[in-house]
Amino acid sequence: MLAQVFAVIIFIAMFVFIVTEIVERHVVSLVCALLTVVFVFGVGMHSMAAVIETVNLQSIFTADFWYLSGESAESSAGINWETILFIFGMMVMVEGMARAGFFRWLCMRIARLVKYQVIPLFVTFMVLSTVLAMFIDSITVILFLAAVTIELSQLLKFNPVPMILSEIFCANLGGSATMCGDPPNIIIGTSLGYSFTDFVTNTGLIAGISLIAVLVYFYLLFGRELKTGAQEAVDYGSLPSPESTITDRKGFVVSSIIFGAAIVLLVTHAQTGLTVSAIGTIVAAATLVTSWRHAVTLLRKVDYKTLLFFIGLFVVIGGLEQTGTLEIMAAFIGRISGGNVMVMIAIIIWLSAVASAFVDNIPFATTMIPIIRTLSVTYGVDLSMLAWTLAMGTDIGGSATPIGASANVVGIATAAREGYVIRWGQYCKKMMPATVLVVLISMLIIYVRYL
Amino acid sequence: MEKQLIISVGREYGSGGHEIAERLSKHYGIQLLDHNLLDEIAADKNLDMQDLRGLDEKHRNRLASRTVRGYSSSPEENLYLLQFEHLINKAEAGESFVIVGRCSETILKEYSSMISIFVLGDRDKKIERIMRLYQLSEEQAERRMREKDMKRRRYHNGHCDRKWGESRNYDISINSSRLGVDGTAALLAYYIDERRATK
Repeated sequence: MLAQVFAVIIFIAMFVFIVTEIVERHVVSLVCALLTVVFVFGVGMHSMAAVIETVNLQSIFTADFWYLSGESAESSAGINWETILFIFGMMVMVEGMARAGFFRWLCMRIARLVKYQVIPLFVTFMVLSTVLAMFIDSITVILFLAAVTIELSQLLKFNPVPMILSEIFCANLGGSATMCGDPPNIIIGTSLGYSFTDFVTNTGLIAGISLIAVLVYFYLLFGRELKTGAQEAVDYGSLPSPESTITDRKGFVVSSIIFGAAIVLLVTHAQTGLTVSAIGTIVAAATLVTSWRHAVTLLRKVDYKTLLFFIGLFVVIGGLEQTGTLEIMAAFIGRISGGNVMVMIAIIIWLSAVASAFVDNIPFATTMIPIIRTLSVTYGVDLSMLAWTLAMGTDIGGSATPIGASANVVGIATAAREGYVIRWGQYCKKMMPATVLVVLISMLIIYVRYL
Repeated sequence: MEKQLIISVGREYGSGGHEIAERLSKHYGIQLLDHNLLDEIAADKNLDMQDLRGLDEKHRNRLASRTVRGYSSSPEENLYLLQFEHLINKAEAGESFVIVGRCSETILKEYSSMISIFVLGDRDKKIERIMRLYQLSEEQAERRMREKDMKRRRYHNGHCDRKWGESRNYDISINSSRLGVDGTAALLAYYIDERRATK
């Protein structure tokens, strides 16, 4: 009981400190992790075994961590090193691509392909945002896409805000489509033993259908404004050619090949048996070896704070898990739904969406994983269905408010630097209906397809 | 060519700091920047920023904003950064101006041409002034003074290491209740002239 009380207090304190940003979130999660070890596992449980299980270092030294000969397995509780290694590897790869000018080139190339026409640009950039976010973190996607959108808006004389908002939404939507698109998906996939293909054929399908609805929604919402604002006769010569945006030709080719290889490895990982931690390690090693001159710079650019945040977070959630607190929460959801699967799905998807709109979706998803696992066991509900429900709720809910997801923050800040300060009301008025629409579509597809 | 002169004026609400800044701007024939800083940025970027006036000199709402890798979703924070950049650009271009508030004493502290002033006042005198200017009761004037000062303090302290109104943060802190607006402006002009002469 004492351990449970400690675990809940630490967990709530962590959330409060993350939300208020009094201290950086990685510091918060690491301090809370330390408190969990001392008070939950030490004072409350007197269990060294719980500490070892939560720190989970031993998992790295098992063959299953790198290569799975059979079916994917659920990983044990505690620090999910597979997720951390994979995200690290992808961060190194993305830094290599950015250094060579890959993203700017891609944006400019597409802009030229559609002849710098505002509406085709608007639609293709939304699709580009979705596709890129399926494989790359949404922060990087929006950083480049929003910057190019602003650059083009200045020449074509249109307001970039509608386009940036649409790109943000699509980046979050794209992230929901794959196992590596959004951190909650990686955590869900590695914790519950799902593959890239599992995600693409389930959340990917939902995201694909939702994308069509979103394209129509944003076109109806912004199409006229963009058309009337845009200038017809403009000097395209003042825009940089796509080729001129490549800063390192050799690096560009190499990083493109590594990116292509990463996609192939991810798509086929259920067949090859390579785990995402192995794939992360391979792409990081390939990037660092081929760009050895810039290896130190690339390593310096990795967002270690996020990785440390993950580590601390996993320990705090491990505290809740080890003390059985999450089982109580699962039982509560089960009681409210009365064991009815439809109600259970509605609760999970809307609760996840609403929570993710206001708090970081990573701790929320991490907390929910043991809960859906318990619900599945207790009520005999298909775990994968609950996993897709959780993934869609957390990934999409974040789009609703300016603080819901990292891509939103980066997009808003990039626009603001050029004088386009986006306020809460302005943001929510456009993005909240789109979020509700996609969550609703997701819920209906889940109902129709799995029940 | 005229030597660059930047005068940063921090002020307590009701102290007459703004009026003193106006006097100094007129005296030296240089531009006065206050709320119009936003208009200048808007003109510069060819944008309409009227609806952002309510965010000027406001602190970030921690609960309603988030920071990711140094990027902030806070409109207040983003407006501050726009103003920060604009002031630096003006200072770099060698322009002379009087800037009221907006953390200018910290933003522009690297510029030797900048003279920072903080104008404070006696509580009673400030309330009297607010009552007279805005036709308010004593109670209303005091409440408004407290709210405005708290807003300025939170805005300033949210962006700067040194505290708002702390004398070490400014070249000169002066109580306007002693000499009145005219007398204080005249004394400050003397101080500014002396500073410029000694450079």
